[in-house]
Amino acid sequence: MRRYFGRKLAIYALTFVVAVTLNWLIPRFMPGDPVLRMLTRTSVSNPEAIAPMRAYYENVFGLDVPLWKQYLKYWVELFQGNLGVSVWLFPAPVADVIVDAVPYTLALLLPSILLSWWAGNKVGALAARRKWLDNTALPVSYALTATPYMWLGILLAWGLGIVAGLFPVAGGYSFEMRPEWSWAFVGSLAQHWFLPFLSLFLVAFGGWAIGMRNLIIYELEADYANYLAALGAPRRLIRRYAFRNALLPQLTGLALQLGVLVAGALVTEIVFAYPGLGHLILQAIQNQDFFLLQGVFLFIVIGVLAANFLIDIVYVLVDPRTRTGMQGAT
Amino acid sequence: MTLQVSDLRVHYRTLRGDVRALDGVSFSVAAGEIMGVVGESGCGKSTLGKSLIRLDNRMKHVGGTVTLDGENLPIADDRAMDRFRFTSVSLIPQYAMSALNPTRRIGRLVADLLAAHGISYAATLPELTRRLALVGLPERVLENYPIELSGGMKQRVVLVLSTLRDPALLVADEVTSALDVSTQRAVAETLVEFRDRGYVRSMLVVTHDISLVYQIADTIMVMYAGRLAEKAPSDVVVTEPLHPYTQLLIGALPEVGARFGDRRLTGIPGRPPGLRNPPQGCRFRARCPLAFDKCAEQPPFVEVAENHQVACWKAGS
Amino acid sequence: MTDTTEHVSATGAPAPAEPVTPVAGPRRRDVLHFALRNRKVVGGTVVILAFLVLGLVAPFFTDHGPNEYVGPPSSPPSADFWFGTTTFGQDVFLQFANGIRSTFVVGLLGGGLAGLIGMTIGFVAGYRGGLVDELLNMLTNIVLVLPALAVLIILHAYVGITSVPMQALFIGLFSWPWVARAVRAQTFSLRSREFVDLARLSGMRPLAVIRREIAPNMSSYLFMTFILLFGGAVLMAATLDFIGLGPTDVVSLGLMMNSAVHWSALHLGLWWWFVPPGAAITAIVGALYVMNVGLDEVFNPKLREM
Repeated sequence: MRRYFGRKLAIYALTFVVAVTLNWLIPRFMPGDPVLRMLTRTSVSNPEAIAPMRAYYENVFGLDVPLWKQYLKYWVELFQGNLGVSVWLFPAPVADVIVDAVPYTLALLLPSILLSWWAGNKVGALAARRKWLDNTALPVSYALTATPYMWLGILLAWGLGIVAGLFPVAGGYSFEMRPEWSWAFVGSLAQHWFLPFLSLFLVAFGGWAIGMRNLIIYELEADYANYLAALGAPRRLIRRYAFRNALLPQLTGLALQLGVLVAGALVTEIVFAYPGLGHLILQAIQNQDFFLLQGVFLFIVIGVLAANFLIDIVYVLVDPRTRTGMQGAT
Repeated sequence: MTLQVSDLRVHYRTLRGDVRALDGVSFSVAAGEIMGVVGESGCGKSTLGKSLIRLDNRMKHVGGTVTLDGENLPIADDRAMDRFRFTSVSLIPQYAMSALNPTRRIGRLVADLLAAHGISYAATLPELTRRLALVGLPERVLENYPIELSGGMKQRVVLVLSTLRDPALLVADEVTSALDVSTQRAVAETLVEFRDRGYVRSMLVVTHDISLVYQIADTIMVMYAGRLAEKAPSDVVVTEPLHPYTQLLIGALPEVGARFGDRRLTGIPGRPPGLRNPPQGCRFRARCPLAFDKCAEQPPFVEVAENHQVACWKAGS
Repeated sequence: MTDTTEHVSATGAPAPAEPVTPVAGPRRRDVLHFALRNRKVVGGTVVILAFLVLGLVAPFFTDHGPNEYVGPPSSPPSADFWFGTTTFGQDVFLQFANGIRSTFVVGLLGGGLAGLIGMTIGFVAGYRGGLVDELLNMLTNIVLVLPALAVLIILHAYVGITSVPMQALFIGLFSWPWVARAVRAQTFSLRSREFVDLARLSGMRPLAVIRREIAPNMSSYLFMTFILLFGGAVLMAATLDFIGLGPTDVVSLGLMMNSAVHWSALHLGLWWWFVPPGAAITAIVGALYVMNVGLDEVFNPKLREM
């Protein structure tokens, strides 16, 4: 088991190194030096921004020091939490801008991922045993899982937001409010949160439902299910076993899907102008704010790695086969 | 008389029509009898074994009856059969290695199964551990997950679990095909011992391995293309077979009574007929060295000597 | 973790469980027989082909470019403009047809490239084993946990994507890992089969063994994998285009949605502007998934409805 976690952690550490290295390499070696371009542009639009930006740039990408020192320097700055200064929200440091946005993204992602996983598994398991549900829920699930996140978001915003007028379609809270701890504000947050949450939930739900339905059908064909049936075990018991066993690959599926789910959250935020990381990405792109873009990228990578590790731990807790140590690696 | 099968017909449904896997089979098994069912793959022997306990969803009961201790087994009714499964009829499947739920401790699995049948696990535990000890397994396997046991251990757990309720009939389906020779022998001996101790009243051992059933079975039944070819006490089948198919099967064995290892029944030229549209008359005709005109008619399965039945026109003469 | 974990692919749709028994000569006809009778396969194929034909043919029936201002602004669907026009008077249907074309290019190239990389790495890792396997496995795992879209956003932002094939190339480069893992696991199990041993003993070179003995036995699986990769690449490209990082001088369905949102089509009630592109993506990807399920039933007799 220690070997299992050791390997996993090694992979995640390596992935992090790769991500940081990519982050350092891309702006450094891209033809035309995009960061320098960005600085020139900034100096025109925002003259006072140029000094701190240039300082960071010289520090991390400066040409007068050897490459390996630049690379090392980048790591040092990273561990000091220095990701540079945002152009778009000058003079806020990139790290601060991101930390402000992260709660919004998490508030969208966590409930939509967990609830869609739970509900999708339940409905999928039901569909595997009721013909009518299979014939209705399955086509709907296929349509949902094939839907681009942003399109469902746009449709919901249009239908429930603009036509029906039930929910606001842009922002994280009402624009006439300031963030504060009041019921009115929390209510406004919840109102603005609902539609982006719903569109994320729906698309992810379809995938989980299909996955569970197919897995259960495979499990019910498994030898242990046949043996139990031959020994007169009631269908209820066999289905319970099949469901439990099918949850394991669904858990691995969750790890595999994280990247896609995060991507979905990013574009959904863009649709709803929701002030999370996705919104930052859009602003960074439109304002040529490369430091911000790279910072967001690093945060996403760290988040996905952490979530992966969390899922690994849960997996070991629920699957005896990994715990007994007979099957460890990969 | 324990088991009585009359004119049993079971078909496999496929998109291209029904396959008559079991086409009119009648026989009986006495209390305490171990009967070996042998034949090439596709002869219907596995279908027969499954029919007695659980039809899979492609199998269809077309006709015939099965009675156990005078009571009719509703083999076509999956739910109604539950009452008989485990308590009256039980199974050691071919896939014993993977028959246990991988994510459940063995003790929990047994407890779940017993609870589903309304039996107390705690009350059964002493008997369970005694039987586990009998097959050489310590009580702590109940705390193990299947993956922690070797193949042979899993096989023995299945053997004990399947017979825990002292069923009147046990169907053992190719139980030794996945094992090495020495383990095969041990399993075969355990089967006999379980019968002798009364854990199982009678047994149907389905296998392609004649030498194995010869060691443990009282009676051997030879099947061919969905029908019975010959049935007689083990000695008689091996030493004086009457059906040409049995003769070829036996002839395919190098030396009867010795240990043959994993000898497969592959020595007969030709292949059995397809059972979607089986030929008229004797189904072995095409491969039979003794075939003659009369074989165009189906030979009846008749008793030619005491306890010796054969379906062949040449056998009586 | 275990090899049973490959049931769920990275695209959201369930991946085929496992390659089935070798498809020998006579079974090939069987497969066609069942495929033509399977409603999911036939239905999915019809939808895909309909969109493909639309994408290929429609642009030939007009001498306007998709971005030209050809009609009155903001007009609803009519006989002249089937899907209406944009706020600038561009023909939505024309953009739509051109967008479908880009969608297929991205799917074919991106899915094809990802499939090629994934298969190559999976085959080599599974067949060679040992250190090669360790290294390739590590590479696979790293790319697997790296959130593909985030990497693509960074790359797109810096490099600047100018053409659809270039976008497909980038997508392909980052969406192969689950294929590699699945192919590796299957190659492992096939490697020890008798016929592969025989080929190896008879002096066949490793590449030849993979190409002639192992790959054909997984062909059905590989085909289904490609279908899922195609769908995944289409969705990924649409997302990038929507964010505004795709090629901007070509019309794509994602870019149409981007413009629709950017120019407030929602608030102006121009539903005909943002509904068709998303609906087309949903239909194409959904049809691919349904086709995939149908093929699974064709290749895995167990799943066939009797």
